[in-house]
Amino acid sequence: MSWSWEVIWEYLPRLIDGMWLTLELVLLSAIAGILLAVPLALMRASKNLWIRALPWGYIYFFRGTPLMVQIFLIYYGSAQFDLIRQTALWNFFSEPYWCALLALTLNTAAYSAELIRGAIQAIPKGEIEAAKAFGMSPLTLTRRIVLPRAFGIVLPAYGNELILMLKGSALASTITLLDLTGMARTIIARTYTPLEIFFAAGMFYLAISACFILVFRVIERRLNRYQYTPR
Amino acid sequence: MLDLQGFGHLLWQGAWVTVQLALVSLFFGLILGLAGAAAKLSPVAPLRWLATGYTTLVRGIPELLLVLTLYFGGSMLLMAVAERFGYTEYIEVSPFAAGVAALSIAFGAYATEVFRAAIQAIPQGQWESAAALGMSPTLTFRRVVLPQVWRLALPGLGNLFQVLLKDTALVSVVGLNDLMRQAYVATGSTKEPFTFYMAAALIYLGLTAVSTLISAWLEHRADPALNRGAIT
Repeated sequence: MSWSWEVIWEYLPRLIDGMWLTLELVLLSAIAGILLAVPLALMRASKNLWIRALPWGYIYFFRGTPLMVQIFLIYYGSAQFDLIRQTALWNFFSEPYWCALLALTLNTAAYSAELIRGAIQAIPKGEIEAAKAFGMSPLTLTRRIVLPRAFGIVLPAYGNELILMLKGSALASTITLLDLTGMARTIIARTYTPLEIFFAAGMFYLAISACFILVFRVIERRLNRYQYTPR
Repeated sequence: MLDLQGFGHLLWQGAWVTVQLALVSLFFGLILGLAGAAAKLSPVAPLRWLATGYTTLVRGIPELLLVLTLYFGGSMLLMAVAERFGYTEYIEVSPFAAGVAALSIAFGAYATEVFRAAIQAIPQGQWESAAALGMSPTLTFRRVVLPQVWRLALPGLGNLFQVLLKDTALVSVVGLNDLMRQAYVATGSTKEPFTFYMAAALIYLGLTAVSTLISAWLEHRADPALNRGAIT
């Protein structure tokens, strides 16, 4: 067996192209996922049993099945319905890019909703009571106290979720997208050097997760700075 | 039982392969995890570095990439090793073997952290009293620490098994006839992708639900007085 650095070097620009798509998928679905997760989490933390039960099925399904099944259900499964095929919806569902984005968003929203719910429930009761004593309406209370506090609590766990999503985004390659993994597979089909190219792709993933960890550490320090003693 | 145009039995066969893959990977993953934790807590620095390298590397790269690397690169690696011993025939890695290798390596990396935390949760005094009774560190680990680690590590390991169960779907990409792949096959001839992927999804949901029940039962058995000090 011979190890060739040249092949990595030669295909580096294409791997970088793949990396941009991977980053795009992760960041866009992370943003959309949070927007979806916050209302779900608020519902899950509600005192009303019915409001609490509503998002349960959605979250249970998306956390209990493989991401791959979810991607295939959306990309291949949507073609089974005439309602989708014969309307403008088909423009959306026939594109692997949008399907991957939708699947990743729905998936991460389910996981994030549970994380945020946990954070909301971890806020000390006294803080909520104090805000109520000031006469804050439920909406103001949520906007000014509950969400900002939950955000600070959830941050470390959310960093992990983002890395899991980065790893999950590799599945976009199974529906023909040329993300980092998809690009690596395409290159290997031509050069037949799986060890070198997969190694290079792995290093890219490792570097991206290292960046995520660093960024989160900085944000966490800023958000939770009241917990540190000044130096 | 659901017939699904005669493809129902195919899905169940696939589900059985999925379960086998998950259980075999769990077995090797637990061994890797224990070895990793022992290495991380070892007084020998190179062992600690090795274990840290292993967990950092594996937790930062996608499981799918691991499966692909071990399947496509595995036979190359094995042949290169075999050549040194004078064996020059072609060696092929089966999808099942590559899947077991990839999934247990991934499980082992996360399990290393769970076991490490559990071992560190055992009070130092127990090591000291065992030493006072004349037990060697190895004996202490085996007789005193390990039986308690099981109880502390169970909740964390239960969660990891759920992840493992869902990750088995990735091995269908390299051609293992698991649940995911059988659904794909059925889709090919019936042209009803939604029906079959939904059926597969519901079977996966059933499998994760059963594994939740089993780990809850194991946790209760190991610690009937509620789970104090659980490590996740």
